[in-house]
Amino acid sequence: MSTTSAKPRGVHDAPRYGDRIFAGAATGAGVIILLVLAGVAGFLLWQALPALTASPEDVRGGKGLFEYIYPLAFGTILTSVIALVIATPLSVGIALFITHYAPRRIALALGYVVDLLAAVPSIIYGLWGVYVVAPASVPVATWLSNWLGFLPFFGPSPSASGRTTLVVGVVLAIMILPVMTAVNREVFLQTPRLHEEASLALGATRWEMIRQAVLPFGRSAVISGAMLGLGRALGETMAVAIILSTAVGVHWDIIGTANSSTIAADIALQFPESSGLDVNTLIAAGLVLFFITLLVNMAARWVVSRRSEFSGAN
Amino acid sequence: MPDADLHALDQPAVRPVPQPTPAAPRPPTDTPLLHRRLPRFATLGMLAASLAVAILLGLTVWSLNPVALLLETAVLYGVAVFVTSSVVEGRRNAVDRLVTVVVTTFFLLALLPLVSVLIEVVGQGYQRFDLTFFTYSMRGVVGAGGGAYAAIVGTLIITALTTAVSVPIGILTAVYLVEYSKGGRLGKVLTFFVDVMTGIPSIVAGLFAVALFVLFLGPGARAGIIGSVALSVLMIPVVVRSTEEMLRLVPNELREASYALGVSRWRTITKVVLRTAVAGIVTGVTLAVARIIGETAPLLVTVGTTTSTNTNPFSGRMATLPVFSYYEYAQPGIPREPYLDRAWAAALTLIIIVMALNLIARLVSRIFAPKTGR
Repeated sequence: MSTTSAKPRGVHDAPRYGDRIFAGAATGAGVIILLVLAGVAGFLLWQALPALTASPEDVRGGKGLFEYIYPLAFGTILTSVIALVIATPLSVGIALFITHYAPRRIALALGYVVDLLAAVPSIIYGLWGVYVVAPASVPVATWLSNWLGFLPFFGPSPSASGRTTLVVGVVLAIMILPVMTAVNREVFLQTPRLHEEASLALGATRWEMIRQAVLPFGRSAVISGAMLGLGRALGETMAVAIILSTAVGVHWDIIGTANSSTIAADIALQFPESSGLDVNTLIAAGLVLFFITLLVNMAARWVVSRRSEFSGAN
Repeated sequence: MPDADLHALDQPAVRPVPQPTPAAPRPPTDTPLLHRRLPRFATLGMLAASLAVAILLGLTVWSLNPVALLLETAVLYGVAVFVTSSVVEGRRNAVDRLVTVVVTTFFLLALLPLVSVLIEVVGQGYQRFDLTFFTYSMRGVVGAGGGAYAAIVGTLIITALTTAVSVPIGILTAVYLVEYSKGGRLGKVLTFFVDVMTGIPSIVAGLFAVALFVLFLGPGARAGIIGSVALSVLMIPVVVRSTEEMLRLVPNELREASYALGVSRWRTITKVVLRTAVAGIVTGVTLAVARIIGETAPLLVTVGTTTSTNTNPFSGRMATLPVFSYYEYAQPGIPREPYLDRAWAAALTLIIIVMALNLIARLVSRIFAPKTGR
């Protein structure tokens, strides 16, 4: 600490215990966080081991761990990708609206309103999805099936209840919208003012200015925001568990009655009634989910940190 | 303390850019001297006409679903504006107007779910939102009656425990990052891993707590404390992030002034730095509580649920509001209605708590931050 450096002998020569204790506590708290994170990986691995080493017949489903987790991973990625496809353009548009179109007085308040979408608990999104979105989706699904039925995503017999992968994707898109919008908004606001004014001074319309100055500046942020949103969507549990009507296996049809479940939803649905090796199997599935989200989030952070090096913000 | 030292606090997540540009710049093409412009009443008229046509279509051919109405209006209006504008104002302005329509539509589209969720939850939840619901547990209740008293108590206990664990660790870590690390190795590693921790799925946090407590309580154990540990994993990074942001806004002059008076470092941090940032920190903590209070998945796997009131978080299952709502929905008896009503009432309670916490957070940051002329 700074107090230990050379200084004239005096009244304050006594070591400051308060300083040491406080510095120790602060460092300790940081170390605890690192330990917890290591613990998450470590303890999950420890509890997943029995499932990793078990013979394939004993694992739930009877065909081994890989066969059990792979369709779930497929469902996880499929729902998240649908959510991402919907949410990315929306979040860019909303962020542009708040930063460059809305009257400046109310822009901040509009930002709060979008943030409120993130405050709604996921269980409520689940109930809402079942009672509002799912019934409303049935005519859309029928239309998709009639007119775009040649695509593998839209099967011949749409679900009558609407509890489909497509609806889950839409609800997930709404849930990840706030975090993506927040990232985009932040960066669009940081666009160098002079770039914007230079563009306008050359006679560009507002949209041309945004295309020339704002979007190139914010491109990597849009990518990293999308990845953060993807991380959220991959791990979302309750909304999926409540809405989706699932079936074992891989299903490309996103409007049918048989849908691949997701890792998180499967854990939530099976765990309360599981014991013994089934618990270990579910924890192994959780470990897979942990590593998938870890990779996605680290990639997002990497994009952000790369950007800060050559951004023209200064 | 005068206002001056609190100034920096007022910086919210969105920095208001509008700052000192004199007279908002307008595209020169906007000047009527250079180009003909669509008069304002023309665009407003087209908007009204599009809305009318959309409603008419909704009444006759399609549905009156708000999403459908919004999209139909937007498409009609967009086409009308684009065509007229490209005739009168030229292509570039027409594209500009079209993008404005698209962007505004996107924003309104995002508001619809929020409104719809609120309407649905209030509309379905108010039926059982009564005194019985808040004063009775579910012990021995089959069918109608009963309430969420046990669940509310459980949620309060678990949330309080989580907050008691997460807030000190979170704030101290933020203090370390801002005041002590000075760009050191540990600081960098910590920043990275706090970011990573923000992205841990809630169900994985729950599984971690389960795996951890196999050590202490054996397999298959359920207790409030396990849930608190799971929620802490989710809450700590949020507290660290928000506190760190606030501490970085405290002007260095304040620290230097304090050191110059011979005040020791830890007293400077507790009495000056944290004191200055307190409003922002309280806001951050409140938002973090709002975030974890609605978490269902980790509690589902760690705490389970029960019908009677359990106030001891160290042993036995506890009921919590989100899990209560989930089970009333997912495993109803016959007839289903009383169970579903309770599920919605619990959802309504939850959403009121969350919205209230959000409101409190905003008020705290607004009231205790100084008024800068924004």
